[in-house]
Amino acid sequence: MTDHEIIDLINLTLSEEFELDMEDMKPEALIFDDLDLDSLDIVDMVVVLENAFHFKIREEESIRKIRSLGDIHEFVINKKNQSAIS
Amino acid sequence: MKRVVITGMGAVSPYGRGVAPLLGSLIEGKSGIARADELAEIQGLRPRVAGLVPGIDPREIPRKYRRSMSNMSIFAVLACSEALHQADLGTEECAGGQMGIAIGSTTGSIQATQEFFENFLSTGGLEQMKSTVFFKIMNHSCAANISKFLGISGRILSPSAACSTSCQALGYGYEMIAFGRQQYMLCGGADEFHALTPGAFDVLNAASFKFNEQPQRTPRPFDRDRDGVVCSEGSGIILLESLDSARKRGVPILGEIIGFSTVSDPKSIANPDADFIELCMREALNDAGLEPQQIDYINAHATGTVQGDLAESAAIFKLFGNNTPVSSFKGHLGHTLAASGALELCAVVGMLERQCLIPTLNLDNVDVSCNHIQHVQLLRTKKLQTAIKNNFALGGVNSSLVIRSYQND
Repeated sequence: MTDHEIIDLINLTLSEEFELDMEDMKPEALIFDDLDLDSLDIVDMVVVLENAFHFKIREEESIRKIRSLGDIHEFVINKKNQSAIS
Repeated sequence: MKRVVITGMGAVSPYGRGVAPLLGSLIEGKSGIARADELAEIQGLRPRVAGLVPGIDPREIPRKYRRSMSNMSIFAVLACSEALHQADLGTEECAGGQMGIAIGSTTGSIQATQEFFENFLSTGGLEQMKSTVFFKIMNHSCAANISKFLGISGRILSPSAACSTSCQALGYGYEMIAFGRQQYMLCGGADEFHALTPGAFDVLNAASFKFNEQPQRTPRPFDRDRDGVVCSEGSGIILLESLDSARKRGVPILGEIIGFSTVSDPKSIANPDADFIELCMREALNDAGLEPQQIDYINAHATGTVQGDLAESAAIFKLFGNNTPVSSFKGHLGHTLAASGALELCAVVGMLERQCLIPTLNLDNVDVSCNHIQHVQLLRTKKLQTAIKNNFALGGVNSSLVIRSYQND
């Protein structure tokens, strides 16, 4: 997958799961403040991203640093790249 | 002790959303039962009929509230909203600590439980589990979701006694207000349809299946051709309030709860016993301070099972003789289970207001074993001031409420 395809799939997956408007899926959007997600949603976000990308991320330390949608894009792209290398 | 009155009602039923369509359909003699072909997917399940709620769009509830709701909670919050609107109560009263909740269901969501175990058994673990599944499965799901959606901060109770659930909820709410512990109580119940619900009755040979090709002819309470329960879904909610509060607010008073009883029938886990049904009704009358001859109408539980209808009619005859009109709304609605007590009480309140008797639908030929009481078989007018409402549950949980028209005395 290209980075662009990864970003599109993340945006589509999260907008469907959390009923978000695709127009709001901007990299700078803050997950809690702008997208109005909360701690329960984060649990579900991990599940839907794991299903969409066929990886395990629940125990990843770096996931705790995510603040914005752009952070999610970066996190998933890095994870996919690591998988491709290994 | 404070007097307790009804100032709001809400319904989601096989007739759709609202108390008005519920009462209108009952008066018109419309059946809420339809063919449910999807039941054929369950091996060994014989019924193909159900009373399902039409026309609800869950998306009117914001996602953050809806994510922890199964259908039963969605039905319940919609019915609660209707009751609060009628009672002219809003966010301020909900949040003030003087409003409580007594709302239950037979179980948590069976659909959510099924999805949990499908996932758990197929993956062998919990990694795919969504965060909100448990909140749909827990038995107090309706009460908890209502509390969050409406911002209610008073007492919260979730009785669970199958078909007696909402009758008990109303009774406990009535007692809380009578004791002065709460000013308002949202009371009632909700259940959502799942194939395993008629399945539970079918295993006991207590589910109707002989009218699968004529859904509107079943169930048939007290009728000689009755062959069991038809399972339905919905929510019935009644807003109880202290009389002092209702008078002070100047809102219309729809009726007054004057008696309640709930008793355990220790004889059988499955078969109702006439003596304990009679005991329950007698104690409710005692609580109301009324003699049997002072009751103008009996709203029977009468689900259309051979044994249940027989026991209830015998108990009614023993206490009331054949002088008091009796009908059941299960012939119209089917059995809405945990919702049935409150949904049916909404209609009884409507009967008191309109001064009419709604007959038992599908009661074409009264069974000889049930014919010693005064069945209502035609819609007619009658001077009505007092009524008793029965509900009896598998497990031996009996409950009765006594209600009367509000008298400014």
